[in-house]
Amino acid sequence: MPLLEVRGLTKVFGRLAALDGVDLTVGENEFHGLIGPNGSGKSTLMKCIAGAELPTDGTILFAGRDMTTAAPAERARAGLSLKFQITSVLPALTVYDNVLLALQARSPVVSLILSRTRETLHEQVMRMLTQFRLIHRLADQATALSHAEQQWLEIAMALASEPRLLLLDEPTAGMSLEERRITRELLAPIKSRCSLVIVEHDLDFVRDICGLITVLNQGKLLDGDTVKHVQSSPKVQEAYIARV
Amino acid sequence: MLEIALLAVFAAAPMMLPDYLTIFVTRVLILALLALSFDLVWGYSGIMSFGQALFFGGAGYGVALLARDLEITSIFIVLPAALAIGLTLSLAIGTFLLLGRSPPATIFVALGTLTGSYVADRLARDWYYLGGQNGIPSIPPMTAGGYVFAEGRVYYYLTLSVLAILYLVCRFVVRSQFGLALAGVREHEARMAFFGYKVQQLKLIVFSLAGAIAGLAGGLYAFHEGFVWPDILGAALSTQIALYALLGGVGTLIGPVIGVIVIEILGFWLADGFPRLWPMILGLLLLLVVLFSPTGLIGLVVSPRERVGRFGRSPLPYRHADEGADDAAA
Repeated sequence: MPLLEVRGLTKVFGRLAALDGVDLTVGENEFHGLIGPNGSGKSTLMKCIAGAELPTDGTILFAGRDMTTAAPAERARAGLSLKFQITSVLPALTVYDNVLLALQARSPVVSLILSRTRETLHEQVMRMLTQFRLIHRLADQATALSHAEQQWLEIAMALASEPRLLLLDEPTAGMSLEERRITRELLAPIKSRCSLVIVEHDLDFVRDICGLITVLNQGKLLDGDTVKHVQSSPKVQEAYIARV
Repeated sequence: MLEIALLAVFAAAPMMLPDYLTIFVTRVLILALLALSFDLVWGYSGIMSFGQALFFGGAGYGVALLARDLEITSIFIVLPAALAIGLTLSLAIGTFLLLGRSPPATIFVALGTLTGSYVADRLARDWYYLGGQNGIPSIPPMTAGGYVFAEGRVYYYLTLSVLAILYLVCRFVVRSQFGLALAGVREHEARMAFFGYKVQQLKLIVFSLAGAIAGLAGGLYAFHEGFVWPDILGAALSTQIALYALLGGVGTLIGPVIGVIVIEILGFWLADGFPRLWPMILGLLLLLVVLFSPTGLIGLVVSPRERVGRFGRSPLPYRHADEGADDAAA
């Protein structure tokens, strides 16, 4: 059984169909790239999967459960985690507290009031910060971080709850080549821990880390298969790669 | 430090003040409790409540009826009853306003609570059983066994004790991991849901806690003044408390307490010296503070970073050299 199964997903804004009957299947521990020209519906699809937008039609099954209309918190508790396209760390909180906030999200309220997990989560916070090269910035406010550091912090936060499926919407947007290389290194080890759906414009980046790719164009599924297949697909070349 | 200094000043105040001023400062302390409740919802959780007076006045009327109709004046019953009335009212209104499918807009909650406060005010004015415009006069004093809590020093220290205890409770809550979650809600509510937080539930909990505190303040106020009247339920008091808190500085616990003290004492003093001009002077002062220090008076001594504070295990390793007094002013 696939981890994520999206069937016939449609999202209409006014007269515009941002998504039109899109299918997507993601298996356990699979890294899946989602590409397409601007306005092809990639971010809308990610938002529908995470619950930020409700689809007009279609179904979303996650780990066998129908999540089509579930609230974002319910999806997150089931193991779906999203990093938004626009960086959305909590700017006034410290880097440490941002990660702690993500880690403690599933703790019961009484446990939070009594701060029962503050000590036990400390090691996990430090491990995440070390892994994402932010340990030296832990006491800084998140707003003081560079753009790339904020992106890494957000990926760390999205991973903190140990999701089964991580959705990353343009994690390397605005990064330098060196920062992209580091991001690739940071993402590589998580392959054994969860599945990944990643939206990226940097095709080299997607090629390097993803086994499968789905291509969207004008809200519709254009093609989808292995990287090799997609690279040689005339439809894809015409609609997307040729334009880039 | 500021907190301890204020506590020391207030603990010593009745020794130096004449009785009529002790009574006045008791009233200030009760209003500080009400401002603290507003700060919990707005300053710490981003819920704009203009209904704190509803919980304050509702509890005040509730204990006044207990005293008038059932002759119950025992402190061990009336203060818990005030707390329970504030809690129940805020839980009911909070459930209606906050527990929708999607998070309510700030303005929806502000207008919803304001409407609740206004409706309660009108209801009290037109309901004969509640005394109509005149309210409920001559409430018998609060008792503990044979002891009668008359206004003056004893009532002052009772109020100060309640304020100090609830201040510590609030401090514990806002510095806990729950406080971190509230800070997250205030900073970026939508993001919190994607972490898996049940945001509306968190907001309802803090709204109810604040309602309970406002209720307790209302109970103290009713027995201190000896009567209750519709104004203590209304939108004017709700707005006044919001202004007090904003002047002192929301998002810190001490800020609203300072706001109440400054406005009430300044108002008292100005009313003596400038009987006609004092409301204008006070208004101008409020305007200046809002314009030049949007974080309130506390913003003049506490940095924005200190206001937010830190929630992780303390002391954190990797402290920067420039971080001295960074242990949040709650």
